[in-house]
Amino acid sequence: MSALKSIFGKDVDTTSSTYLGKPTSRVDGPAKVTGGAKYAAEFNVPNLLYGYIVSSGAARGTIKSINTAEVEKVSGVVKVLTHENAPKTAYLDSSHRDQLASSGGAPFRPLYKAELEYSSQPVALVIADTFEAARYAASLVKVEYEVAPHETDLRANMGKAHPPTVTRTGYVSAPKKPRGNPEGAYDAAAHKVDVEYSQPIEFHMPMESYASTVAYGEDGKLTIYQKTQGVQNCQEYVCSVFGLSSSDVQVISPYMGGGFGSGLRPTYDIYLSVLAATALRRSVRVSMTRQQMFSFSHRPEAIQQFKLAANSDGMLDAVTHTAIEETSQNEEYLETVVNWSGLLYNCPNVMLSHQLVNLDLASPADMRAPGAVTGLYAYECAIDELAYEAKLDPLAFREKNYAEKDQNEGKLFSSKELREAYRQAAEKFGWSGRPLEPRSMKKGSDLIGWGMASGSWEASQGKAAAKLVLTPDGKLVVSSATSDIGTGTYTVMTMIAAEFSGVAIENVTFELGDSSMVYAPVEGGSWTVSSVGSAVKTVCQELRDRLFKLAGKVDGTPLGDTKIGDVTFANGAMHVTGNPVKNVTYAEALKAGKIDKLELDTTELPQLAKQATHALYSHSAVFAEVSVDEDLGTIHVTRVVSAIAGGRILNPKTARSQIMGAIVWGISMALEEEGMLDDKVGRFMNHNYAEYHIPVNADIHDIDVIFVPEHDEVVNPLGAKGLGEIGIVGVAAAVTNAIWHATGRRVRSLPVTLDKLL
Amino acid sequence: MINFSYTRAGSVAEAVGAKSKANGAGRFIAGGTNLVDLLKENVERPRQVIDITRLPLATIEEGPNGGLRLGALATNADTAYHPEVQRRYPALSRAILAGASAQLRNMATNGGNLLQRTRCYYFYDVAMACNKRRPGSGCPAISGQNRVCGVLGTSDQCIATHPSDMCIALAALEAVVRVSGPQGERTIPFAEFHTLPGDTPQIENTLAPDEIITAIDLPESPYAEHSVYTKVRDRASYAFALVSVAALLELDGDMVKSARIALGGVAHKPWRSPEVEALLTGKTATKENFLPVAAALFHDARGYEHNAFKIELGKRAVVRALQLATKGTASIRDVNGQTADA
Repeated sequence: MSALKSIFGKDVDTTSSTYLGKPTSRVDGPAKVTGGAKYAAEFNVPNLLYGYIVSSGAARGTIKSINTAEVEKVSGVVKVLTHENAPKTAYLDSSHRDQLASSGGAPFRPLYKAELEYSSQPVALVIADTFEAARYAASLVKVEYEVAPHETDLRANMGKAHPPTVTRTGYVSAPKKPRGNPEGAYDAAAHKVDVEYSQPIEFHMPMESYASTVAYGEDGKLTIYQKTQGVQNCQEYVCSVFGLSSSDVQVISPYMGGGFGSGLRPTYDIYLSVLAATALRRSVRVSMTRQQMFSFSHRPEAIQQFKLAANSDGMLDAVTHTAIEETSQNEEYLETVVNWSGLLYNCPNVMLSHQLVNLDLASPADMRAPGAVTGLYAYECAIDELAYEAKLDPLAFREKNYAEKDQNEGKLFSSKELREAYRQAAEKFGWSGRPLEPRSMKKGSDLIGWGMASGSWEASQGKAAAKLVLTPDGKLVVSSATSDIGTGTYTVMTMIAAEFSGVAIENVTFELGDSSMVYAPVEGGSWTVSSVGSAVKTVCQELRDRLFKLAGKVDGTPLGDTKIGDVTFANGAMHVTGNPVKNVTYAEALKAGKIDKLELDTTELPQLAKQATHALYSHSAVFAEVSVDEDLGTIHVTRVVSAIAGGRILNPKTARSQIMGAIVWGISMALEEEGMLDDKVGRFMNHNYAEYHIPVNADIHDIDVIFVPEHDEVVNPLGAKGLGEIGIVGVAAAVTNAIWHATGRRVRSLPVTLDKLL
Repeated sequence: MINFSYTRAGSVAEAVGAKSKANGAGRFIAGGTNLVDLLKENVERPRQVIDITRLPLATIEEGPNGGLRLGALATNADTAYHPEVQRRYPALSRAILAGASAQLRNMATNGGNLLQRTRCYYFYDVAMACNKRRPGSGCPAISGQNRVCGVLGTSDQCIATHPSDMCIALAALEAVVRVSGPQGERTIPFAEFHTLPGDTPQIENTLAPDEIITAIDLPESPYAEHSVYTKVRDRASYAFALVSVAALLELDGDMVKSARIALGGVAHKPWRSPEVEALLTGKTATKENFLPVAAALFHDARGYEHNAFKIELGKRAVVRALQLATKGTASIRDVNGQTADA
């Protein structure tokens, strides 16, 4: 590590920390449990109008007529907006592309044209002076369609699969050329599997439904309280779509009741609320119903084919992985699905392919470890099959084929403690006693099985800024236009700011969720700590430099000619390290500099030069135990142990919660989640919480989370890799592999429901 | 908002009068756990809502001939946890506790439980056709997403199921529904209360539009020692049954004196077949003897694309329930008084 330090200069401070690495309760917890935290639909402004969305009942065709005669009779109705009368927005598709849109394509525009794009898309907005009037009136809107044939069945349309024709931020396309000779190696290999895995469409399912409250200012300026994972992305989008100046649009989102990726891109509620507010010059709120939460984004359905082979020693020798996913007709949604299969294990012969089929559905969107969770679910199941073919324990197979470098890119990992994660998780789980053969363990009428899988996710960093204000009362306010989607951003940023500013944590406030704050990227991809956290660290270090200089102006210069390196910054004061008597408080420093309010801001860029030479990933080792009722097929995931190698863990308390939540989502993916599409009508039929199943408490049993220490000076100045995604990756595979181990049945389609085991 | 008029009934007669006057456009509201959902989904659009929560029908008391009388307005929770229900009708207690959530059971009433509507996806989505919701519009469930639909007693018009857990146990117990109408009181045997869809899926029971359920009478039961409710579902709680079985056995040693089996999740009504139950009479309570009974119960079943598995699952669940019932009620009671879900 000393070599790394000499190359890269700044050290990662992992030793003596005051706050970082210590379990810290959520700073926003009290506000949330007392109802003080306000969400987008809870900001009330005077004379607010309420918009209620009317959704399409047909998937494809043309709106013949929209009869609003009955609607307008309802007392309180102000306006019904449809494609026939909605004000025009920006003409070019490019004006409708937000930060996360694909480089080509035509993002969906509500109330734009008579042609339908998918079932449940908005076709009208009823605006009234009460929510109740709007809702009732909306039920009276009569829409007549000239219905045209639609295609929503991925399998039936596999013949239309094509490689992506556009790009997207964060998307890594599959390597163009194969590595080695996968076909030849497959043919010659001792052990092979040739299998297909499929998974259904899944929905994000945050508790809070999308809402947009637009406060229309006297000057025509818009203040938009919006559920979103990116206030600045929304602001840019609104400005671009409606031709507004950025100084006239402010987007605010202090809290978010879950996002899981659904709020990375602007949702159609913001389009509709701004459309109505600007048309009527009034404040308007538009919120979605639970049913409408199934109408704008989803994890794409995927069908994945594998040809894997190992030689007689159990060394992985060939990987062919083709993933076919659906996307909408108007956009190519891109997520990195197959590259993981060329990365996770050592293999000389690899061919990867990612293809798309356009269907008459809403555009898919990033959801909980997008791409990796899809690719690695299927790959880690297929690897399990191969390990069994080779009569090797699945953990032993993985250890044998452990990748010491990223073979896709030919780079060393900045850090990768996956081997240690395997070891610790296996030990905690008690894996060593596992029989190789399935159907070997029983408890009463239940079959017991153990399965495992690995996970991986990229540790990325984006450009981000942070601003601070220090006042003579010793209070520090740090801000950045990021979000807290429930992951603990408020808390971890407060900790980072306290750590590096030397201001006691109770005197630090972190603010976020306002587009007028300094730049932050959307909160997603597990990169917020890495990106925004690094900016917070830097600006706080700059604060110390600044205060140290000001200390020289304090009467009597208590710090003398001590160098900054020999000064300790703690509890809002500087003192000569080892001599607390020689100190200057921050307030004294400000006073000496005649500063009422010290403001600093900085923009942190990823250290691309050093990052470019390394592969940056977090890893996980997931072990699961299931019990399966042999007669009835009911499955319980009785234990999960997950060891995470995710760099430095800044707040072990929220980190543990985050991983536990992700494991629950993984169990959910394995056993329950399925958007039930009726291809005859082109519509999701289980569009509510009663019928779209996610786990209830009774489904969740023991979950054990282990953090494996990793020291990483390359990923970012904090050494933290981000935990937003890694926890879910591999869970569905571990559970599915355990089900096989219990029953001897390889169920190759998700979710694994009991009927598939009968 | 949906404009409806609201009245609070002060007596059963008043409730019946108001319902009668509303001429089919009135709905009673008690717990509201189903009606309010249906109002929000625009499935139900009553012009008159008659609040019956103040009627004196919330008691659980001794009934005639050694039975128990459950007031129509007693909550599901109060019923499930009533010591006499737990002691004498354990399958009923467990069936109730296998349904919904604690919050819903605290609100939901016994009368309302009988009248809850199907959870067929198409019934709930007013953008879709549904013969039950809009007679004559068609049944997309037959060729659509029908995992939750029925396999027994279905028709070309409707394959929906009755979603209740409680009713499955009531059917097995041969409860009697007491109703009150303009012509006075009458009783309806449970087997005759719910109906099959046939050509009139919009009709779900034999209650007249101006009648109100006042109580449910449970006859004296010889089954308390061997009563189970086995519910198989897609998650461990808060899910409707794929298949459920109320199994009641009266045993003499290991010989079956009489058996009752009611099935949930498979039909438009709690499904029973007394002639099949009779096959067990005089037989020993063994898996070998349960298997043909299970097969006979599903002999006429018809599966659809996404629910054909219910036939095999149903048979297995029947065998499991009978095996558990044989073992005895006490042997399967867990700390919550609930059976394990299978």
